[in-house]
Amino acid sequence: MMRGGVIRRSARACGRGVVLAATAVAGLPLFVVSLVCVVLLPTGIGVLLAPESLLAVRRLASSQRRQAREWSGVTIVSPYRPRPAAITSGLRGQLRYCRWVLADPATWRDLLWMLAGGPVGLVLGLAPAVLTLIGLWALGSDLGTLLFGWWNAAPPTVGYQVLFLSMLPLGLAGLVAGPRLLTVHAQSASALLAPTRAQMAAQVGRLTESRSQVVDSSAAELRRIERDLHDGAQARLVSVGMSIGLAEQLVRNNPDLALTLLSEARASNGQALSELRALVRGIHPPVLAERGLDGAVRALAVSLPLPVDVQAGLPGRAPAPVESAAYFAVAEALANVVKHSGATRAWVQLDYEDGRLVAIVGDNGTGGADPAAGGGLRGVEQRLAAFDGVIAVTSPPGGPTLVTMELPCELSWART
Amino acid sequence: MRVVLGEDLTLLRDGLIRLFTAYDMDVVAVDNGPGLRDALLTQRPDVAVVDVRLPPTFTNEGLRAAIEARARIRDLPVLVLSQHVEPLYARELLATGTRGLGYLLKDRVSDVGRFIEAVRTVAGGGTAIDPEVVAQLLARHARDQQLGRLTAREREVLALMAEGLANAGIAARLFITEKAVSKHINNVFAKLDLHPADEGNRRVLAVLTYLNA
Repeated sequence: MMRGGVIRRSARACGRGVVLAATAVAGLPLFVVSLVCVVLLPTGIGVLLAPESLLAVRRLASSQRRQAREWSGVTIVSPYRPRPAAITSGLRGQLRYCRWVLADPATWRDLLWMLAGGPVGLVLGLAPAVLTLIGLWALGSDLGTLLFGWWNAAPPTVGYQVLFLSMLPLGLAGLVAGPRLLTVHAQSASALLAPTRAQMAAQVGRLTESRSQVVDSSAAELRRIERDLHDGAQARLVSVGMSIGLAEQLVRNNPDLALTLLSEARASNGQALSELRALVRGIHPPVLAERGLDGAVRALAVSLPLPVDVQAGLPGRAPAPVESAAYFAVAEALANVVKHSGATRAWVQLDYEDGRLVAIVGDNGTGGADPAAGGGLRGVEQRLAAFDGVIAVTSPPGGPTLVTMELPCELSWART
Repeated sequence: MRVVLGEDLTLLRDGLIRLFTAYDMDVVAVDNGPGLRDALLTQRPDVAVVDVRLPPTFTNEGLRAAIEARARIRDLPVLVLSQHVEPLYARELLATGTRGLGYLLKDRVSDVGRFIEAVRTVAGGGTAIDPEVVAQLLARHARDQQLGRLTAREREVLALMAEGLANAGIAARLFITEKAVSKHINNVFAKLDLHPADEGNRRVLAVLTYLNA
């Protein structure tokens, strides 16, 4: 049983080693291509090609990280900087995109590993399989010679016998050490593919910053709600009470004034209620609770002063906080359409793909929206960042504007 | 009677002015914040009615103005109104003396008769503390052994004393005779080891000091 396990494990290590060697060798042409792209950067062609080729390097490095984790239990954390929140199309967008890739030290460490990891992966990856094959071949020839006298008509010399026998331990070593060699490879990959201390520190800094932004904005939000209640509904209710109280006092001596006060009280009461409703909608729209993101966005679309086409293909419901963040993000994007775009039509598309909730808001307006200019979209960015979500805006002058938001999440299957 | 009003929300300001006018009180100055303290000092009103939260910072400017004005003019009658009451604010106000001091929830204005009575009490040098404040102070003493010795009726009397009511007022609220009220009050003072005090503010002070301790 145990022995069977060892042999199976060794055989698996041989197979994996071969895959690993192949992956490592694939890195070499990628290294060359990327280097050429980087050299071409000043010509402009590089600006278009370098990010793509370096991202291919990134994908290969990521698959090697995965191999290290799944095959050798060596966890290599992904070291990359987060994708900038708002990447626009056009030349400026491409330059920002390019800078994001090139400025990340992890890109260059990956590239170095493509070069260095090639021979390392080739040797360490193929070693288990090659050694085992040599051992098997030696064993086969030995047994064949001894039992059936295959080898030659003439019996093998003593020298050959010794040679074959000395190869047997090599084969055994290949079998036994196979998994160990893969681990050594994973550890050497970790030296270049894992984040450096400085990168870890930078990541901690980023997380701290985004966390404090979220904390700030939610504290500001609570303060706003308190203010709205204090100056709005609460004050109106006090005034309702005051009017009714005064009417009570005046009803005998001055019934006309009392009547006026009572109708004022009724009007004020109605306003208090509508203010409460508006406030509640701002905290968590009831229709979102009742109908989910799809229904809430449709309800929002109906209330806007321009036709909004909503297409939603969500197979389930996102967790409530994500749903709420997505709703307010879409609401803000649509509010911008109404306020700034001069559009006559808008559309919203909600989809779920690859574990991400994707919301796209588009319009046929004049474009030229600049997310960097601050304002509402900045708030949306912060709101989404709390859930590791991102927003991208493409808005060339003359339009159209497309706002794409992505939120990683799990969907729960349709609740009713 | 001359009134200075410190309230920034138009709706409530207008309502209060109408209310005071209906009861023959003269609103001599209205300030929604920054100039309130000066208005209090220069106008020296018979009573000031002041919202805790006022511009420019919407924190507790009204309260600060009231406290500062009372530090300059001893026992300047001020009735502080708020949409929520904090025993802490009550304590800060009481530290300026109990004479001519009121601290009430804004909700109380809907009971117009009683509200006007409270304004007059404060103007006359009396005290009007919101039942909500008193209830919170009493709740803090929930496990107090000495308070535990009071009967239910005595606790009611204690609460009304803390609000600033005189014997006649307490008697009217509880539908009992003034004689019965004095008897309960004597019991309360004895059970709480307080020096028996005469009617009025020394008594309120004694009770509030006990509860605030």
